[in-house]
Amino acid sequence: MKILVCINNVPDTTTKIKFVNNTAFDSNGVQWIINPWDELALTRAIEIKEAQPSEIENITVINVGLAEAEATIRKALAIGADNGIRINYDAKDSFAVAYQLAEYIKKENYDIILCGIESSDYNGANVGGMLSEILEFPSVSSISHLDIKEGKLILKREIDGGQETLSTQLPFVGIVQKGITKEPKIPSMRGIMTARTKQLLVIEAASCESLTDFIEFELPKPKAACKKIDPENVRELVQLLHNEAKVI
Amino acid sequence: MSVLIYTENWDGKFKKLSFELVSYAKEVAKKLNTTVTALSIGNVEETELKKLSIYGANKIITVTNANLSGLNNQAYTSVIAEITVKENASVIAFAHNNTGKAIAPRLSVKLKAGLVTAVVATPITTEPFVIAKKVFTSKAYAKVSIKSSIKILTLLQNAYGLNESPEAFNLETFEPILNESMLKTTVLDVNKISGKILLTDADIVVSGGRGMKGPENWGPIEELASLLGAGTACSRPVSDEGWRSHDEHTGQTGKIIAPTLYIACGISGAIQHLGGVSSSKCIVAINKDPDAPIFEAADYGIVGDVLKVLPDMITAVKELKALS
Repeated sequence: MKILVCINNVPDTTTKIKFVNNTAFDSNGVQWIINPWDELALTRAIEIKEAQPSEIENITVINVGLAEAEATIRKALAIGADNGIRINYDAKDSFAVAYQLAEYIKKENYDIILCGIESSDYNGANVGGMLSEILEFPSVSSISHLDIKEGKLILKREIDGGQETLSTQLPFVGIVQKGITKEPKIPSMRGIMTARTKQLLVIEAASCESLTDFIEFELPKPKAACKKIDPENVRELVQLLHNEAKVI
Repeated sequence: MSVLIYTENWDGKFKKLSFELVSYAKEVAKKLNTTVTALSIGNVEETELKKLSIYGANKIITVTNANLSGLNNQAYTSVIAEITVKENASVIAFAHNNTGKAIAPRLSVKLKAGLVTAVVATPITTEPFVIAKKVFTSKAYAKVSIKSSIKILTLLQNAYGLNESPEAFNLETFEPILNESMLKTTVLDVNKISGKILLTDADIVVSGGRGMKGPENWGPIEELASLLGAGTACSRPVSDEGWRSHDEHTGQTGKIIAPTLYIACGISGAIQHLGGVSSSKCIVAINKDPDAPIFEAADYGIVGDVLKVLPDMITAVKELKALS
């Protein structure tokens, strides 16, 4: 089977967020990482390949982005993806990302396409679902368990208040969440060395339009100072929650 | 024109999030000078369906079809698209739960309709259609304009609240067109957790972090939660250590919640954790480190040993409950 993992290049999760004129993200001095959920998807794909090399022929990572995303793609190669692709495009919304991915995937034959459930920058939770609909592939979202046995997928997804086990036809788009693997895989020294020689193909984007526009950004207003209560007088806290905040 | 919402049921019953979605849709419909149509898929009795009209649904459409008994993203998308056209809907809204996240993006492509997810308020303007959403894991807001004629939204749970606005009960049934090519996934088995308050549904959440020192100390968290009718949650290190199960993990890569009251016990408040809870209306922090970042996000705080504070808090809540 061939697996494609879609990865987004996002600011490190500890980044202090700033904007230029409130209209664009200020990327000055920002450290970039693989979107955490995409990293989990990639880790799981590699775990399956390592455990059952006969089942997985190849793991490719793909990113829609500009040249600065290449360090992140190299990191994915260091973690263990076999080859990388960058679609050279500065997407304005998730539909544009999904469209670019779909244009590439249509020409290839991947069996499993994995996406993280959302990205930590614009928090859309959109790309995987959009991609599957453009391709007319089945999709399963909120996947917390993924395995392959004798060429068949074993899937579990989270539902509100439980879990479901599913089967799917291939090709399919799997949208994964936390639980799919324990910890993201950290690249080994050997992985980092071999990543340099792995193929990173850059392809030109198709023309496409976005459906939404981000017109303005705003930082949240500073919160009022925390009201401190004496640890010897917890009753006061409960009174405040009851009488002042009116939440209990 | 109308506002169409997908109201999900669990074993034939709606949950608060369904009524919250109707309340929200009603407000959006008022801004657009139109009506609310609620779509329900699966077997739901009339008395239950009628509840949707209390919150303002002008019309309720039910679809019962054996092929739709489990959530099949492709098939559900197709049914909702059919009804969108039939109802001439201009706005379609979902709850931002597992189901909404699974279907809304597919529907967006099928209808060429712009999608904005996890919104917490009604549109700022409707012409052009501009709506706010949180970005960078709650570290900022963005105003997003939807350019297409049909707009799709998902509403963050607990962010809007309930609002009654009774309408006459008007029920319709609909028979969708489904074909084999849409039915490529099958639900084989369902495993439900019963007797536990769902985190995303909970009005009050009591959450524990590494400061709890070990899974054997969770008794007071569970006791306080049960006294308050609250859900229990935990920080990422706690679920990574296996002290609590992953479905309790709140934070950036876990669950994003917006309860009325969030009580953080022994949680330092790493930025990734705050991203998952900062939409809570009131945050209480109990931590021994006065410089812990959780106090910057909190409304009320106690600097002290959580294992000593919690039993006192349980006593105080019991006293309060005894009085009321």
